[in-house]
Formats: sequence, C-alpha cells, structure tokens
Amino acid sequence: MITLTTKNVSAVHNTLQKLTSTWQCRNLATEATFDIKAFKLHKLESGPNTTVTITKEDAINYYKQMQYIRRIETAAGNLYKEKIVRGFCHLYSGQEACAVGMKSAFRDQDSIISAYRVHGWTYLMGAKPVEVLSELTGRIGGVVRGKGGSMHMYGKNFYGGNGIVGAQVPLGAGIALAAKYLGTGGVCFTLYGDGASNQGQVFEAYNMAKLWNLPCVFVCENNGYAMGTSSERSASNTSYYTRGDYIPGIWVDGMDVLAVREASKFAVDHCINGNGPILLETVTYRYSGHSMSDPGTSYRTRAEIQAVRMTRDPITSFKEKILSTNLATVDDLKKIDNEIKIEIDQAVIKSKEDEEITLDELASDIYSKPIESEHRGVVPWQKIKHVRIGPAFNIV
Amino acid sequence: MAFTISFHKPSALTNTVKILKRSLNTTRVLANKQMTVRDALNSAMDDEMERDERVFILGEEVAMYDGAYKVSRGLYKKYGEKRVIDTPITEIGFAGIAVGAAMAGLRPICEFMTFNFSLQAIDHVINSAAKTFYMSAGLVNVPIVFRGPNGAAAGVAAQHSQCFGAWYSQCPGLKVISPYNSEDARGLLKAAIRDPDPVVFLENELLYGNQYPITDEVLDKDFVLPIGKAKIERKGDHITFVAHSKGVELALDAAKELSSVGIEAEVINLRSLRPLDINTIIQSVVRTNHIISIEQGWPYAGIGSEISAQIMESEAFYHLDAPVIRVTGADVPMPYTKSLEIAALPQINNIVDAAKKLLGV
Ligand SMILES: Cc1ncc(C[n+]2csc(CCOP(=O)(O)OP(=O)(O)O)c2C)c(N)n1
Ligand SMILES: [Mg+2]
Repeated sequence: MITLTTKNVSAVHNTLQKLTSTWQCRNLATEATFDIKAFKLHKLESGPNTTVTITKEDAINYYKQMQYIRRIETAAGNLYKEKIVRGFCHLYSGQEACAVGMKSAFRDQDSIISAYRVHGWTYLMGAKPVEVLSELTGRIGGVVRGKGGSMHMYGKNFYGGNGIVGAQVPLGAGIALAAKYLGTGGVCFTLYGDGASNQGQVFEAYNMAKLWNLPCVFVCENNGYAMGTSSERSASNTSYYTRGDYIPGIWVDGMDVLAVREASKFAVDHCINGNGPILLETVTYRYSGHSMSDPGTSYRTRAEIQAVRMTRDPITSFKEKILSTNLATVDDLKKIDNEIKIEIDQAVIKSKEDEEITLDELASDIYSKPIESEHRGVVPWQKIKHVRIGPAFNIV
Repeated sequence: MAFTISFHKPSALTNTVKILKRSLNTTRVLANKQMTVRDALNSAMDDEMERDERVFILGEEVAMYDGAYKVSRGLYKKYGEKRVIDTPITEIGFAGIAVGAAMAGLRPICEFMTFNFSLQAIDHVINSAAKTFYMSAGLVNVPIVFRGPNGAAAGVAAQHSQCFGAWYSQCPGLKVISPYNSEDARGLLKAAIRDPDPVVFLENELLYGNQYPITDEVLDKDFVLPIGKAKIERKGDHITFVAHSKGVELALDAAKELSSVGIEAEVINLRSLRPLDINTIIQSVVRTNHIISIEQGWPYAGIGSEISAQIMESEAFYHLDAPVIRVTGADVPMPYTKSLEIAALPQINNIVDAAKKLLGV
C-alpha cells in the first residue's frame, strides 16, 4: 500500500489511478468494473454511480481491512468467553463493509464519531489490532490505556466510542460545525444504529445541521435490531434514509463495500460543495448477539442469521467479486488470510500478557488543567494525585 | 449468599443488651425460603398489576425480551401488550409519556434500562414529575415509579457506572428508594407503586441474582414496607454503619470481620434516601457515639455528606466521640481497568480500617 502524506493527495491519487488503468498485466487484471445494487434516493435528483471501477490495490486493501475486522472481532469474542474482556463487548461482525466502505472515502481532514460498536473503526482509524485487543483486556497497550474498554476507544479524527445511545449524533454535528468554522474542509461521518435513530436528539441535530448547512454525513447503520427489538417494532418509518425529512438521503446496500464507498464519496462531495448535511442508511446485519451476554437468538431465528451469512456476507461476496474478475487469485487471498491470522493470534497473546496501568493513574486526565492537585479516594485520608498523561490531539 | 442476623454475646465493652427489641417486620429466618432480588421485584410488579388495572410497565426491552436484566420476566406473557409496553430507545420521550399518563390517572412503572440512561430523561423526572403537585397546588398527582439498576456494574466503564442516589435525593417532590435485599425490594417496590407521589427506585444489577431469606409475611400479597423508614440489619453498640443498596452488603461483611476483634458495629440499611430516616441514625449514634457512612457513589455532595450534615444539625452531634467518616466511591469517573475499578469503589477493608481508626484501636 502506498501512503500519501502530501497535501494534494487527491491529485496524486488521480494520476496514480490513470497510470494503473493503463498498465497492462498479463495474468491478473489491474482493475475491474461492477454494477452495484441501485441506491434509493430521497430529495436527490441523482445519486452515486452504480457502475463502479475498482483498482486491484484498492480491492486487496478493502478485503484486508474487512478480514482484519472480522478476525479482531472473533478474537474479542473469544477473549470475552475466557472472561478476560469484561463488561460489554459489542461485535461488528457482519457489518464490516459499512466501515471499510466509508473509510475509503475519507480524506485526511474527515472525521468519524460512532456508538459503542467500534473495534473495527478503531483499527481503521489507525490503531494496531494489538492496541484494540489490549484496550479490550484493559491493559496499558490499549488505545486509551485500558481505561475505556470495549465501548470507549478514540483516535485522531475519531471521536469514539460513545456509550449513550444517540448522544453521539449531535456531537457529530458539532464536529462538523467546527470543521466549517475552522475552514478545514472536513466532513464528519456521524454514525448511529436503527435503534438510536429514534432518539429525539437525532432529530434536533438534523434540524440544526440543515439549518446551518453543516458538513455532516449522518449514517444510520441499520442492522435490523436494537438489542432484542426489530426495527419494525421501534420505528413508524423504517426508511431511515428519509427520516431527515428536509435532508437528502440515500439507501445503501451496507453489505457491499463498493456501494458504501460510492455513496460515501458522493456524500463527501455533497458536503464540501456547500450543500449541507446528507443522510446515508447502510442496510446491514450483525451476526452476534447485541453484546456478548445476548445469545441473539430469542428475537430472530438461527435460519435468518444463517441465510445472511450464506447469501449476503460482505467478505464472501467481495471475495467472489475479486476472484471472478481476476483481481487476485485464491492463493493471494489465502496468503493474506494467513498473515492476518498470525498477526491477530500474536496480538491476542500480547493483549493478555500486557500489564494494567498502575493505581497512580486512577485520577489521571480528569482535567486538562487541574485546579486541585488531588482527588479524594474512598476514605478521607486517601488522596489520589491528579496526573496528566494526555497529550490531547485536538488541542495544539 | 444468605445473611442471617447473628446475635452476639455482649462483649466486655457492651453492658446494655437491647437485642430483644425487634421491629415488627422481622427478618428472622423461620423457614429456609429464599428469593432472589430479581424475583422479589418481579413478584412485586406482578402483585400490583393484578391488584390495580391502572398499573402498567413501559421501557426498553421490558416486554418481548423480558427485560434487559429479566426483571419483568413473564409479565408481557401474562398481561399482554396493553400493560407491558416495549418502547423505542427514546428515554425523554417515553418518560414524558409515562408522566403524562400518571397525571391522567394511570400508574406507570417506567423502567430505565439502567439509571445512566435516565440522564436522557431527567427533565421529566425533575420538572414534570417531581414539581407538578406543588405547582398545581395539590391539584395534579403524579403517581409514577421510575425504576431500574443504578450504580456501578462490573467492567462497564465511566458512562455506565454511576450512582444517582444523591442526584435524585436532592429534589423535593421525589421519594427515593434504594433497596438492599429481597425483602426490601419486594416490600418497597409494592409501596412505591401504591404511593401517590413520584418515586425513584434505584436497584443494583449486581444484587439481582443474590438470594436472600424471606418469610411468609413478605410473600403476602399485601406486604408493603413503609417508605422513609430505615432498618437495623445488625445490632451493635460500638459504632454505627449507615449504608444503602450494595453498601449494606459491604457494611455487614465489615461488621462481621470487626466482630472477630470484639468490635460490634450496628448496621443501618437506609432503604429510603428521601425521606431519610435520620431519627434511626440519631438514635443509633446516641448509643454508639461513632458513625461511618458507606456508599458506592461519589463523595462530593453525596448521601454521606447529607447524613453528616444532618447529624451536625441534630443532638446526635453532641454524642459523637469522633468526626463522621464517609466511605465512598473515589472522586473519579469509573475506569474500565480492573485493578483501578476495585480501587475506585469502597471495599470491606476500607470500612474495617476506617472503623478501627475511628475507635482508636
Ligand atoms: C440512552 C441509552 N439508552 C439505552 C441504552 C442501552 N442500549 C445500548 S445499545 C442499545 C441498542 C442500540 O441499538 P442500535 O442503535 O440499533 O445499535 P446496534 O446495537 O444495533 O449497533 C441499547 C438499548 C444506552 N446505552 N443508552
Ligand atoms: Mg441496530
């Protein structure tokens, strides 16, 4: 993979794309074109392209990223069963194409905020798998030193990691407001579930985002359920892409990484061209229960889960696309799978062996500029020194 | 994990034995009947729904899923969708709807999946439920129960581990209950549902599965406990421990440990945070001359702070041989890190040490 650090990323990217498309390769294709499922549009005259061209490099990259997420989640589930991960543990397996498709449309200045189902996003936003897993095991090598656990992971341009359903939505609109205010040209992808979409503050955020033309991409990841409640039982209107009313919306096949990519690129363009917010509904599925303590089979059938795995799995279907168009061989993909497996296996071991932070950090980073030097412990004579670990990435 | 009241032989330090005075609703273990807190809460709601058509439950996952923590198990099956209602995830919306229904003659039980999410709805708890009776000069009643698990669970980090005891207790117009065992849970929830005022009922997820001994009297359909009365869980003459919810468990364990070194602690289970049964506390302090408050919530403006202030404002102050001590959660948001989570919550040894320090032994 090529990493671009220069400012004019897109210009370089375009040149590269032109180059690759003219390259001739004897055995393997360097790019391929697919027709994707039609988008449904709300308050839009035209939508994203349904004929998509993808380079070999991108294809391999998306495949890798989705496999990484799947493997991280499998490892997380196992660590939970071993009782090393405690509390809640919400897995993203089944929803990989949503995150990978969106991320592929990100530019350096774009941000994301989501709820608690964020292990995959944490990885995509730059954390190593071992840092994700060590956060889950509550160890010092975790993305936030083991203080946040499964639900609270953060990173550069990644604002978490939020445990209160729906609360991240106005925050996302606020991040978009800051982008507009500071003139960064960035947009904020603001993610929430089908269940969260019913929170009142979601509608408040829609209204202000539209009123103030904020560069906010609202994304409803509709996986069909909020815990044990199916979307039909919680929403009067299950066409989530229309629920922004005056905000244009797009229904997207969230099991197809290419569809999500096209829709996300379209959404970024929409925002940066000064059109204000846009809403994507990515229709997807979660294979596991809501959290690890939910078997996930009392409100849906095993047959339903099995059917999605067989016919709509985001990784399997993308793999078929890659193979059928000769972008890679079976062996190429096997090799990738193996490398990922080895890396994750090692990460699991490390995440178990790693240490926890010491008690000296109990009162760490409560304030950025503490006025009192100590916090009270559980008894009056126990004083805990406030320490700063930081450094905050949003204040320079 | 049962507890029994053990009557200790008076030690050299204790000369008066008041142990024979038992309150009416004795927890004396007659039979070996046990009940979990979860079943106690469940049976309380069942009884009251049977008794009063106007009682209904609403909240997230309360019906078809039987409750996120299975407290409403079986009730949807028994009473149907009119009376056990699954809501979307929209706390401020359904709490407001519940308050409105209460104003218009129904008796809603509004479940918050956990009290952390009641923050989304706190305006309706405070401004709509607590203040309406006063604002309407007694014209509009709001008979509603807001209930659900409160306080720290295990390993769920800062946004899901907070005690709201002090928050809600600060507001006049609310009655705030925080039960400890199955008898408390059953008797107080039934009382709360029958009460004409808004009640905030703070349960504890970690206690749901615990079994406690229970008498036939407690199982009676008309058993209710008085709101605003504390219960002396354990008699003792040297020091008073006052606690609520999970804190009572810690206090009892600490008392047991202290007993082995000849210190007899009296353990008061507050049961109700508002009204606060300050008289029971005062009477105990007058005898023991020492008091420690125990809670899992934060120290700053906490339940212990209120108790301490009320002692200062009462005659009990003159009976103190040492200052009041608060054993509390640490003044930090809850970390996920296991060892830090333990350090952020009061442990038995913290209470034992505090008691020894206070008594100078
Ligand atoms: C305000 C609030 N209410 C309730 C909860 C408990 N809760 C956690 S996740 C969840 C379901 C959310 O479903 P959805 O938005 O569809 O997201 P998904 O889990 O499917 O990704 C609920 C009710 C919470 N965390 N916050
Ligand atoms: Mg969902």
